Amino acid sequence: MADEVKRIALDGELTIYRAAELKLDVLAALRQARVLEIDLSGVIELDSAGLQVLMLAKQTAAAEQRELRLVQHSPAVVDVFELLDLVAFFGDAVLIHA
Amino acid sequence: MNLDEALQTFIAESRELLEEMENALLNVDLAGDQGEAINAIFRAAHTIKGSAGLFGLDHIVGFTHVVESLLDKVRDGSVSLNDEMVVLLLSCCDYLSAMMDALAAGRTEQDPDTAPEGEMLQQQLRRHMAGEAPEAAAAAGAALAVHAEPGVERIDGERGDSDYWHISLRFGRGVLQNGMDPIAFLRYLRKLGRIVGIATLADALPPADEMDAELCYLGFEIAFDSAADREAIAGVFEFVQDDCTIRIIPPHSKVSEYVNLIRALPERAARLGEILVRCGSVTRHELDAALNQQAEAERTPAQQLGSILVDAGNVPPVVVEAALAKQKQVSEQKAQESRSIRVDSDKLDKLIDLVGELIIAGARASMIGQHLQNTELLECTSTLSGLVEDVRDAALELRMVKIGATFNRFQRVVHDVARELGKDIGLIVDGEDSELDKTVVEKIGDPLMHLVRNAMDHGIEPAEVRIAAGKPAKGMIKLNAFHESGSIVIEVSDDGGGLRKDKILAKAIERGLVDPERKLSDSEIYNLIFEAGFSTADKITNLSGRGVGMDVVKRNIQALRGSVDVSSREGQGATVTVRLPLTLAIIDGFLVQVGSSVFVIPLDMIEECIEYGTEPGQDYCNLRGQVLPCIRLRRLFRMDGAPTRRESIVVLKFGNQRAGLVVDTLLGEFQTVIKPLSPMFSEVKCISGSTILGSGEVALILDVAQLLNTVSGKGAAAAIPA
Repeated sequence: MADEVKRIALDGELTIYRAAELKLDVLAALRQARVLEIDLSGVIELDSAGLQVLMLAKQTAAAEQRELRLVQHSPAVVDVFELLDLVAFFGDAVLIHA
Repeated sequence: MNLDEALQTFIAESRELLEEMENALLNVDLAGDQGEAINAIFRAAHTIKGSAGLFGLDHIVGFTHVVESLLDKVRDGSVSLNDEMVVLLLSCCDYLSAMMDALAAGRTEQDPDTAPEGEMLQQQLRRHMAGEAPEAAAAAGAALAVHAEPGVERIDGERGDSDYWHISLRFGRGVLQNGMDPIAFLRYLRKLGRIVGIATLADALPPADEMDAELCYLGFEIAFDSAADREAIAGVFEFVQDDCTIRIIPPHSKVSEYVNLIRALPERAARLGEILVRCGSVTRHELDAALNQQAEAERTPAQQLGSILVDAGNVPPVVVEAALAKQKQVSEQKAQESRSIRVDSDKLDKLIDLVGELIIAGARASMIGQHLQNTELLECTSTLSGLVEDVRDAALELRMVKIGATFNRFQRVVHDVARELGKDIGLIVDGEDSELDKTVVEKIGDPLMHLVRNAMDHGIEPAEVRIAAGKPAKGMIKLNAFHESGSIVIEVSDDGGGLRKDKILAKAIERGLVDPERKLSDSEIYNLIFEAGFSTADKITNLSGRGVGMDVVKRNIQALRGSVDVSSREGQGATVTVRLPLTLAIIDGFLVQVGSSVFVIPLDMIEECIEYGTEPGQDYCNLRGQVLPCIRLRRLFRMDGAPTRRESIVVLKFGNQRAGLVVDTLLGEFQTVIKPLSPMFSEVKCISGSTILGSGEVALILDVAQLLNTVSGKGAAAAIPA
């Protein structure tokens, strides 16, 4: 297992329409390295299905002693995280958008 | 549950409620804070009314309604509770109890004989309502629909601290596929108020490989600050209501509501508790208290956080120290109830019977083991008998009940009798947690009643005398219970004048109970009051003093294999001490043999066993310088055959009497299952029951108290000093 940080970026709509595909992508990326960093700056919409995939990834990472970092949260993501009080769940630094 | 069973439950519950109501009435502090007590009284009346309505018991509903109306007035402060009213309400309690008894006897209609009494009570109740009578009377007839639930909630004083709604959501798996997005609902919810705290639960998420990204696994716990009503809040989730489990708890709900929620939800209780705290619906304090209790109660299996919080919900918030002490009795009882189950006592008796058979069978097995001299079998039977002993103890413990309920009944007795006597007397109850066998509890009620009445009538002096003696005008009766080496000790004490030695002695001599020349110790003199036909009261009241009583008390207590003793300090009061065995079903016994017969002696009555050696031709022996009267079982039971060469003496002790029992052989300890003798043998003296030995033989259990009586003669004057 490569002990380096793998970075991917997700963009566009993280919704039910892409959730199944998203799940496969994220999990595959997660298992390629010990640390996975996901850039969320391009996310323009996040719904429950998309959120579930992120939560699943976080739980899976924890279960497999890997690390998942979310970075560059877009306003759409921050909005959902704040609504559901999930910032602590993911444990990443979130930039507050003015 | 069919209606008949439900009715039985109703009767049982109503009786409990009435008892609670009575306690609350007796404890109500007319000068101080009455809120809790009045709520308790109201709750009892209200619940009985509601349940009676379910069964169409119109006469009960009608009566309780009037009671309730008055209490309602008291609660909102428009009528204040006074002494007269307490007495009236107590009479109402009695009247309701009588109705319950009639109901238990199968009369579901108003009994015409008692109707006038009910009518009279109702009139008095209305008079107290002052001017509100017509409305109440009309209401009594008309609006008697059952609204138990909202009313009970409304008056419940034990609230959580939360000002917020609590909303619990578990979305169905198919929500997303149906085109709904939980997040969207939460956004919409924000339009109605402020989300104070939210916990998003992903606990239902399966492992990565099994998770279907198009199904919804989310749940939310939300503390919500809003002025909207329940309907509006529920309306937010209207579109998903078929596909989502929604639970809404209004602000200021009882803690138990949250507990019910915790129970209903799939996640683990402790974790849910944390979540509720995080969203601010339950305070950290409430949760901690419950969790601590859980840790302490670990020994009790299957004690769930839920039930603990329920109990906690029953314990009122800390108020003034004094108020709390008064509340304690009632609320502890309630807490106890919610943690216990009702079992038919017949079933318990059956269990005890079976355990008894088990012990007998076990004894037989170990006897065969010894006979065969098979070590493996012996080892096995010894483990088995250890376990059987544990089972025995556990089974007997099931029959153990706290004496508190019996004690609390005396609050009323003291209240009523004090009124009758025109004395001001209070009751202090201590050790109400002490447990003893249910049968004993049932049978001890009457003797205790006698002792309490006696103490109030003869013990406590009139107020003038008390003040003259420098004592507080209010007399005190104290009931105390505690365990002491296999028995329970119940003390009835008063702070009255105490027993008058000279008077008792004079009376005893006058009645020929003691020889005037005899020197008696103080305790011997005091115990003379338990002799038949003894009464020193100068005047005979309708309570006591007729010369029957104390001797009957003593007999009743001895019938329970117990003993009674009295001590006193002149001018400071007297204490009657009752000692009872903890159980009547199974005891540790000691086997002795005379000729071919085997007898059992209760082990805790045996002091020691010594080698036989009486003074030639005499019925006593010298036990370390003291005279020990001896009873020859062979002669007492007129058994044939010559004594063995090496006889033994078993030294028995009961109360302060001692005697030696001459037997042929000592056989050792034996777990004894007491089987009553058939009524045919009820007149046989010195035998209290029988048991079955491992060999299948029957052994008789000796009645030590009676045996000792045969040596000490009838009078206590001949009692052997200990």
